[in-house]
Amino acid sequence: MASDKVQILTDSNFDTTIKGAALPVLVDFWAEWCQPCLRLGPTVDALAAELEGKLVVAKMNVDENPMTPGRFGVRSIPMLVLFKGGQPVDQSVGLVPKEELKMMVTPHIAE
Amino acid sequence: METTRDVIIIGSGPAGLTAGVYTARANLKPLLIEGLLAGGQLMMTTEVENFPGFSHGVMGPALMAEMRAQAERFGTETVQADVTAVDLSRRPFSATADGTVYTANALIVATGASAKLLGLPAERALMGRGVSTCATCDGFFYRGKPIAVVGGGDSALEEAIFLTKFASKVTLVHRRQSLRGSKIMQDKALANPKIEMAWNSVVADIKGAGTGGVSAIVLRDIETGQTRDVPVDGVFVAIGHTPNTTLFAGALALDENGYVVTHDGTNTSVPGVFACGDVQDHTYRQAITAAGSGCMAALDAEHFLDHQ
Repeated sequence: MASDKVQILTDSNFDTTIKGAALPVLVDFWAEWCQPCLRLGPTVDALAAELEGKLVVAKMNVDENPMTPGRFGVRSIPMLVLFKGGQPVDQSVGLVPKEELKMMVTPHIAE
Repeated sequence: METTRDVIIIGSGPAGLTAGVYTARANLKPLLIEGLLAGGQLMMTTEVENFPGFSHGVMGPALMAEMRAQAERFGTETVQADVTAVDLSRRPFSATADGTVYTANALIVATGASAKLLGLPAERALMGRGVSTCATCDGFFYRGKPIAVVGGGDSALEEAIFLTKFASKVTLVHRRQSLRGSKIMQDKALANPKIEMAWNSVVADIKGAGTGGVSAIVLRDIETGQTRDVPVDGVFVAIGHTPNTTLFAGALALDENGYVVTHDGTNTSVPGVFACGDVQDHTYRQAITAAGSGCMAALDAEHFLDHQ
């Protein structure tokens, strides 16, 4: 459920990836058994391709990574959290259209 | 520019897909615009025990995958996008999805319904932080934790029973003294040792906004007016559905609750536009009745096109 434009995050590489990123990072928290997550996956992939070079897009499987979701209060999936400078700055819950995601990230990415 | 088709179906739950099967078999080459949550509400359920033909039950997503494959087998074309605008003021009708304008001489509306929320300010603030409308998505996050389910119909009972797999305790909040769901689901819920009933109660507030997430619900007894806090980590809202008809406001006659008004089968206020499934049904709301009305809409659309 990821394209080559999308990074895979785990509990062990999460902090280094988020804090080390020069660009804002959009993290898609998902799981195989969550149907809306599976539907949102391609939208996130498309956004990654479209905003390549402006935004890092990453996915974290909550089933395989029990530590990180709780640290950011993730209790519903799909949830997308936008990190800038290592800190969460915005989020989106549930199945949303690509345009809505673009509206969320646009104020945080450099032109 | 897309060529004008015979029929466009908007929606891909049991109603839309059944309309797809029937119109495709009638050689009408239907275009089915799926919407973001393709497959509809059944995609968020677990086992469906009451769909005829499946004596051992069937998982909701598997049932929808079968229906979709059946519709495609006979030539239903699908588009994975939400319809953002329709023009029903003249024929051919048009529907815009992902920037493309599709036109057809008949239109079948099968956009279904979405989970209704409580309408509390705290609910919106805590959405995703303990407030959920999808038990199958989010139950996982509540292993060994107390939660609440709000509602008394089959959806609420199914969610409550499903969530007992994860939660330490499920408080089922219902504003009446008896449940509304089917007898078999009521018996299952009431017999479940992890489910505790909060009868005659409504959720007056949800606590936890501005913190890490939901910490408690405030229940108000509707007879005595007394309130009490129930500590929970999550609240699952299953108080019914609201029809997805925003697109059709001003274009189709809707009833006071927003449902599409149908007459003489699946006819709407606009000749050539038909409605089926939960978008026009506030009474039965079953997968099988949705599928049945999808078949009716397909036959009605076929009849309409034959007499043009």
